[in-house]
Amino acid sequence: MTPQTKCIKSLFSFFVFCLAFTFSYPALAQKKPTTLLNVSYDPTRELYQDFNAAFAKYWKEKTGESVTINQSHGGSSKQARAVIDGLQADVVTLALAYDIDAIAEQAKLLPPDWQKRLPHNSAPYTSTLAFLVRKNNPKKIKDWDDLIKPGVSIITPNPKTSGVARWNYLAGWGYALKNNNGDEQKAKEFITKLFKNVPVLDSGARGATTTFVERGIGDVLINWENELLLIKKLNPENYEIIVPSLSILAEPTVALIDKVVDKHHTRTVAQAYLEYLYSEEGQEIAARNFYRAHSPAIVAKYAAQFPQINLFTIDDVFGGWQKAQKIHFSDGGVFDQIYLQK
Amino acid sequence: MTSQSSTISIQMQSRSISRRVRTEPFFVKMMLIILALGFLGLFIFLPVVVVFTSALQKGWQFYISAFREPEALAAIRLTLLAAGIAVPLNLIFGLAASWAIAKFEFKGKNLLITLIDLPFSVSPVVSGIIYVLIFGLHGWLGPWLYEHNIQIIFAVPGIVLATIFVTFPFIARELIPLMQAQGTEEEEAAISLGANGWQTFWRVTLPNVKWGVIYGVILCNARAMGEFGAVSVVSGHIRGLTNTLTLHVEILYNEYNTIAAFSLASLLTLLALVTLAAKSIVGWKTRQHIKNAEKISEEKAS
Repeated sequence: MTPQTKCIKSLFSFFVFCLAFTFSYPALAQKKPTTLLNVSYDPTRELYQDFNAAFAKYWKEKTGESVTINQSHGGSSKQARAVIDGLQADVVTLALAYDIDAIAEQAKLLPPDWQKRLPHNSAPYTSTLAFLVRKNNPKKIKDWDDLIKPGVSIITPNPKTSGVARWNYLAGWGYALKNNNGDEQKAKEFITKLFKNVPVLDSGARGATTTFVERGIGDVLINWENELLLIKKLNPENYEIIVPSLSILAEPTVALIDKVVDKHHTRTVAQAYLEYLYSEEGQEIAARNFYRAHSPAIVAKYAAQFPQINLFTIDDVFGGWQKAQKIHFSDGGVFDQIYLQK
Repeated sequence: MTSQSSTISIQMQSRSISRRVRTEPFFVKMMLIILALGFLGLFIFLPVVVVFTSALQKGWQFYISAFREPEALAAIRLTLLAAGIAVPLNLIFGLAASWAIAKFEFKGKNLLITLIDLPFSVSPVVSGIIYVLIFGLHGWLGPWLYEHNIQIIFAVPGIVLATIFVTFPFIARELIPLMQAQGTEEEEAAISLGANGWQTFWRVTLPNVKWGVIYGVILCNARAMGEFGAVSVVSGHIRGLTNTLTLHVEILYNEYNTIAAFSLASLLTLLALVTLAAKSIVGWKTRQHIKNAEKISEEKAS
């Protein structure tokens, strides 16, 4: 053998070694324990980190079975798209009902009436939207009207890909409708002005937070209340939360993906996983991670954390997600019209 | 070999010419040097330093603990696996393709060269979406794969496929010009002396392009481990299962876990530095190789 071929052969053996190393790892060789895949939206990372550990412990005590829950996070619609394209989620915990509707409609992986299968419209916790401003509120932002003033730079993600961005948009629209006695045209003008002040549309809630906090862009961030409370906890000095006079009740919904759990034989554990979100412990974990709980005991315990806000629901003002999505966010809908005008 | 030696002699000539005509005033020279160094420092040296200082801002303990996380280890393993499959496959393909293109004449040769270049010109996002359209639940092969319980995208095979696609041209592109420059005389000589095709390839063709092969493998490997766009589209971002090193860095950064993000990023940066060093050594070896060859031919001539 010539030294040249020796050199190339040693390159080969290096890669064989790499492969052997990856395959020899015990976790891959072992028999797989029960696993669930929870495909979730952006700001729930901390929530499900806590909740998954609690559920695994509960399940082990109850049945003696160990269960591992894998997580995937991203913009809500992007995640729904991935499930439609074949990401095998046992459960989805997304930012809004419409994204799960899309999975039911386009991929037929679960029945269309999925939202009736769990209490509270399948939303085990709720949230709302608020504003985050920099220390001492230099632009004096108190309410929605202050956002459309010239020179105010607003950070909100893209309503096409992000759940919270659609809630942000609808909350602003609802506020303008109420202030103008239900005049749709006035509401449209308000939203147009609002999006004129948005310098960049990130694809998800966490991306928008990073833009505001790490990159220091913008005067005000409109985002989930839970996300803002988390930022405030991480940097208590640098930011202030502003509660607007009116906001929307945001219901992040959860669902079992029937076709996937039947294929994986994980229906029982997946169902228990979602139901555990409604248990006292599940509700407490949600409240601890800044989501608004339903359980009266937990609501009372964490009352100081959540300010009183006047809330309207999407059903009251927009007649449900299907209708809101069609009018505002579909291709050529109101959002496209106002954003192209920019 | 001839074209390479001629470029070297041209370089030598130009070097001696420039020595004579270097008449710019002192301050112009200094300005240019400061400008160039400043630019390099600002855009290349500074970011590299930032990666390492951010990773080490709370000391070695935090730095090392970032690599003890099971999710980080899983990401490193997946990256090694993807590169460990993609690079050898592309090595075999690259050798075969460049050998066919450089040493033989056939119809459709230009088409083959164009196709090899395709992954260079297509955006990685597009390459990712191509796989979703083929293997996704609603793609061409999706329903069949679903029936047979085969998961390609949002799983490890998808990541490997995307990596292979993106790193496809590196080795072939490196070897084609080299083999073309070398011509077919040596192979013809070997065959006329009774060697068969396989012997000719292993004993004549391959040793001649040895350094080109190693150079291509180094570049291919660096890209395979550093790929982000295409892999991001097909990954599904399941933590501990389908996150590669690059994707995991993004996730950690988004979770305000800056130290861990930069610690893992420093691993990728180290890979880049090692690649650079290896590249320079290989480049130096190649030049030596050429010089030796020149010396021998000069001796023969005299």
